[in-house]
Amino acid sequence: MGKLSVNLCGIELDNPVIPASGTFGYGYEFAQLYDINCLGTFSFKGTTKDPRFGNPTPRIAECTAGMINAVGLQNPGVDKVIAEELPKLKKCFHKPVMANVSGFAVEDYAYTCERLDACEQVSWLEVNVSCPNVHGGGMSFGTDPKAAAEVTAAVKKVTKKPVILKLSPNVTDIVSIAKACEDAGADGISLINTLLGMRIDLKNKKPVIANKMGGFSGSAIFPVAVRMVYQVANAVKVPVIGMGGVSCAEDVVEMMLAGATAVEVGAANLVNPYACRDILADLPRVMDKYGINTLSEIIGGAK
Amino acid sequence: MKQSLFEIIDNTRLAPGVYKMRLQGDTSDITAPGQFVNIQLDGMFLRRPISVCDVQGDVLTIIYKVVGKGTEAMSKMTGGKLDILTGLGNGYDLTVAGEKPVLLGGGVGVPPMYLLAKQLLAQGKKVTVILGFNKAEEVFYEAEFKALGCQVLVTTVDGSYGIKGFVTDALKEVEYTHFYTCGPEPMLKAVYRASTTSGQMSFEERMGCGFGACMGCSCKTLTGYKRICKDGPVMRKEEILWEN
Repeated sequence: MGKLSVNLCGIELDNPVIPASGTFGYGYEFAQLYDINCLGTFSFKGTTKDPRFGNPTPRIAECTAGMINAVGLQNPGVDKVIAEELPKLKKCFHKPVMANVSGFAVEDYAYTCERLDACEQVSWLEVNVSCPNVHGGGMSFGTDPKAAAEVTAAVKKVTKKPVILKLSPNVTDIVSIAKACEDAGADGISLINTLLGMRIDLKNKKPVIANKMGGFSGSAIFPVAVRMVYQVANAVKVPVIGMGGVSCAEDVVEMMLAGATAVEVGAANLVNPYACRDILADLPRVMDKYGINTLSEIIGGAK
Repeated sequence: MKQSLFEIIDNTRLAPGVYKMRLQGDTSDITAPGQFVNIQLDGMFLRRPISVCDVQGDVLTIIYKVVGKGTEAMSKMTGGKLDILTGLGNGYDLTVAGEKPVLLGGGVGVPPMYLLAKQLLAQGKKVTVILGFNKAEEVFYEAEFKALGCQVLVTTVDGSYGIKGFVTDALKEVEYTHFYTCGPEPMLKAVYRASTTSGQMSFEERMGCGFGACMGCSCKTLTGYKRICKDGPVMRKEEILWEN
């Protein structure tokens, strides 16, 4: 293993830095800025069975040290993703990629995962049971251990690729959800998705976002994410991907100490399109500063 | 798109709550009038998208309105450096202007018309500019457009300066081959209805990234879903779908 490399569900990553779904499109906007092959991998835009426009605008609100989004899983649908987006991505990203999947029924998840299972480029399926911005689906699967387990089992039946369940922080007991997913066969857990939040415009006295509420992300949520990654990593045997407010190399190290095998970077990409490249460039310095030889040795090091 | 540091040259008040900032830096990615830049400000999580008013060599001019804490902080800056993403958005297409284009700007929709007018004039077009404001004290850039050599009409809603009414009231008197517009949505709608030729309109929306990654500013058009920041902000009249 190299200085930065980690093993995520049996697949070696050159480094643990992964742009989070929904903040990196299908990669090619960023590929115009820098060689995205420097990334460990990335999780592409959340994909559903059918095309979706998503929610009405405004979809974005700013917060102190963060933002709220209510995009609502806008995506062209799995057929178009496979036919159009993945071939485009192949030209600029030569590593295995992580597919992010959402649904409104257990069968939707299974259908979309089965289609993506057939794509050679895709090496992991990150199953999002935590989108706060859609009605009748998304987060409702991630707030109930039974429902989360049901989605996990259904997806596991249609793929041999590692299945990673992406969990919502909007629950009372995240550990019980993570364990239910693990028991149902999940090969990994990623967390946290956004925290449900809201802003109100004082000028017109109405919610800023058309959908009223949305997912709060950005550096403000980092401590919540570290806490939940720590709790889950100490309760499950499968690898955990930590995310939520990660914006610098120090945050990556902290997430890994909390128990993350790999780390996703979300909102930071929207503010600084070079965020992941900059984090990677700075990681060796931070490791030297804190006497870390290899990243893999620090996973879960904070007891 | 390019991320780089710009040095503030000056920052002056043009009208109540409206400021003009000139910045020096790498403007090489600004390729068309109607594009915007996205400015990082201390203590603000998201960048502030502001339309390009003018580019001359390495000097970028923006005109912005104070609408919240970010632009309020900007209005007080007298110097220093700003981290700016440049070259965002598609910008206006000049190739379809015809011989007598008309440019309609409303409020802080006026600034992008400046670089557009300059470039159209350089191509030998006869350019008419209609600037719309609420009242006399809000009027800015009339002299600057005149100095370029445009025919300039100013409208104010209350009639305290120029033609009383909206930009569409002035449009009735103009003979034109194509229109370009930027302003608040009710104005865009009115121009859409009143115009008798093809045209291009620049839209505004709350943005996350400003470069097409987050899908925060999507809209429906007759030619599919578009991201206002990346596929826009300029849309052709023929593709616009008004949802309400």
